[in-house]
Amino acid sequence: MLLAVSIPILAKTVFPEVISRQAKLVFDAIDDLPDGSRVLLSYDFDPASQGELLPMAQAFTRHCSIKGHKQYYMALWPLGSPMVDLSIDTIESEYPDLVYGEDYVKFDYKTGGEAVIRMITQDLRGMFELDSKGISLDDIPMTKNVKNIQDMDLIINVSAGDPGTKQWVQFAATPFGITTVSGCTGVQAPQMYPYIPEQLAGVLGAIKAAAEYEAAIDDAYPSIADNPKAQEAKRRMGPQLVAHSLMIVLILVGNWIFFMSRKRGQA
Amino acid sequence: MSTDTPKKSNALIWGIIFVIGAIMLVWSMTTSRTGQVWITPEQHAFTADADGKYSTTQTPVAGDIEWTTYNVVPDSELTQEVIDSGEASLSWSRTIGLWLSAIFTLFILSFLVGDNPAYKFAEAMVVGTSAGYVMVIGLWDVFVPNLLAKLFPVLVQSWTLPGMDASGGFQWLYIIPAILIIMLLFQLMPSGGWISRWPIAFFIGITAGYRMIGYVEADLVAQIKAGIVPLWITGEGGFEFWPTFNAILLTVATLSAMIYFFFSIEHKGLVGKTARVGIWFLMITFGASFGYTVMGRIALLAARLEFLFGDWLHFIPSS
Amino acid sequence: MKRTVPLVIAIVAGFVLLIANFIPFAEGWGLTAQEWFNILAVGAMVLGGGNLVKLHLMKVSGQRKGWGYSLVTIVCFFGTIIIGMSKMGVHPNTLYPDYAWSGYYLESGSGLWWIYQHMIVPLTSMMFAMLAFYVATAAFRAFRAKNTEATLLLVTAGIVLLGRTYAGVWLFDGWLPESMLWLRFDNLTVWIMEIPNTAGTRAITIGIALGVVATSLRILLGVDRSYLGQD
Repeated sequence: MLLAVSIPILAKTVFPEVISRQAKLVFDAIDDLPDGSRVLLSYDFDPASQGELLPMAQAFTRHCSIKGHKQYYMALWPLGSPMVDLSIDTIESEYPDLVYGEDYVKFDYKTGGEAVIRMITQDLRGMFELDSKGISLDDIPMTKNVKNIQDMDLIINVSAGDPGTKQWVQFAATPFGITTVSGCTGVQAPQMYPYIPEQLAGVLGAIKAAAEYEAAIDDAYPSIADNPKAQEAKRRMGPQLVAHSLMIVLILVGNWIFFMSRKRGQA
Repeated sequence: MSTDTPKKSNALIWGIIFVIGAIMLVWSMTTSRTGQVWITPEQHAFTADADGKYSTTQTPVAGDIEWTTYNVVPDSELTQEVIDSGEASLSWSRTIGLWLSAIFTLFILSFLVGDNPAYKFAEAMVVGTSAGYVMVIGLWDVFVPNLLAKLFPVLVQSWTLPGMDASGGFQWLYIIPAILIIMLLFQLMPSGGWISRWPIAFFIGITAGYRMIGYVEADLVAQIKAGIVPLWITGEGGFEFWPTFNAILLTVATLSAMIYFFFSIEHKGLVGKTARVGIWFLMITFGASFGYTVMGRIALLAARLEFLFGDWLHFIPSS
Repeated sequence: MKRTVPLVIAIVAGFVLLIANFIPFAEGWGLTAQEWFNILAVGAMVLGGGNLVKLHLMKVSGQRKGWGYSLVTIVCFFGTIIIGMSKMGVHPNTLYPDYAWSGYYLESGSGLWWIYQHMIVPLTSMMFAMLAFYVATAAFRAFRAKNTEATLLLVTAGIVLLGRTYAGVWLFDGWLPESMLWLRFDNLTVWIMEIPNTAGTRAITIGIALGVVATSLRILLGVDRSYLGQD
């Protein structure tokens, strides 16, 4: 397994991507919004899932930045805040024209999980009186007119578990009809399908969906294709293909041994 | 002999991997700046105006506030010219950190050979640092701004949150969560643990309240509603076979899987057969979940190997 | 006092939240209760940390097997707390340079950042990455087409594994007629996820929801008192 993953990484093998329906739905949900729409991005994951989720989180950031959406970042996981910092770094280095407080803002981590979501659907200031720089929300151009997250045009949730997409669906998307899309781990993705399309506009499941989403952004905004950092998920699909093939071989060999030994037992 | 052979072959495999790794490391160190982090300084200076308000200045004088931060130089920008000019310098703290990161990654990887002191050491560290980290951010992100700032606003404003509005004064209502926190910590005492039941009961009550609302609305009513779909689908060209087939299959699969979970009736006859069909659909669901889980786990491994090959060994561009 | 008061607290807190959801004038009560809940969650973090220290201190003081590792845990725990709470290496916020404690506790280059970047990130991410090896071993040892159910699981997993890589397209490239493209593994995966998977997961979701509602009701009505303990 170590070799199956290592060799394509060292060989920098990249395969073409065919954009699936879910990736297209998520892309459209962000792209169809008028430029400058309000988008809440909640990063509910930690370094343990960074390999799987950070590429799609960064892709969300780039897509929202290209579209000029107002980006409101928050985290429901204690280790989610540094993940948000990585996206802020991306904005600062790749989109220097965007201004903190006017185009993007970060809120600190808050304890309580789903209770935080419930709270901010009614009163944003009840939870976040200040942004992460310690500035009052009333003094920040992009937050001074926001009462609660019902004012958002879209919620993007990058999720590795609880609290995560399920809680955003339960406490924000379903009761208030706020359009929500999710980028989640492979473990979670199958559980999100019943929510589509009424409660969830689309879901990106694990690294493959992130690669498709990157490809969709590349197709729509070709200039981004020159940025190697914006191709991270696509790059990871090389090791993915070889490792998946190895898994299939392992399953087949295991079953061949099983049937052979059963045959011998019968004989 | 039977138990020794796998152990010996294991040791041999790991010995070979270790030797190959060492050779790669030496080769990498001689051909590139393996495991080195280079930085450039950035000066920050602030001067006060007549009102005592600070603003940035490019020409600091005595009495101004000044400090230096450092930015990492990306590999692509780190040329010999940059180094020779003195613009960039080697950061020892970050370089040591990078090596420790790599060593800790290998410590965890060593669990493949079996439980060993290196893995146990790494495991003990991750427990301690993670728990400490969570407490630190709990303090700075929640305890200070959401509790302490409500009870002692002037103090907190002058200490750590100068941008907050301290005009609200002491807010009595927040004494209750403060007391509840203290009561909760009685759980750690040898006696008087019953005192912590009050805050725990509050926790349980609130959780039960909002979970009930959330699950009824999103997972019960909305899901039942989403499951009720037309079973005869027509489009512009009349009857559409595949959408109709999918709609019928979705309904049959949902109902049969639900019948499998219905244990109040014995799974015999028609109910038994339907439940059996339900199991088949559940198995497909679990198979799909397994496929997705594998995908996720491999992505995590790929990310760690990219760190080792890129950030540390410089075999590939660092991430 | 020991049992009745907590029972009343749980029931009242739960009903306040329920009422606040349906009656507009009670909305404020719900918000206050939730705010207290979120603050109290910090207390739970401290309790968790306290329990961890208590457990490992007992192991160290009793010099039980592996006490050295417990010592490492305690040192790392207190080291992180001291460095993080003292904002070691953190500069003031550039908006308020005259306030020494106004900086971001995780500023790049600071003490806590160093611990996070060089200890927490590699250790936690590699621990999860190890699961790739276990999943491969499990697939080899346990995935057997013993009966219909196991075969369905195995075949689905195989299709999804290939369908979620370029192999799902490449295997059928050039020979599969246009009308049969739905058989391509990437398309089959989409169908599996949207129809059988959605149905199966929906059944599980509804089942779990019924369970959660029943449990919540038992707590709110005071029938389930297990959280009060024994004495």
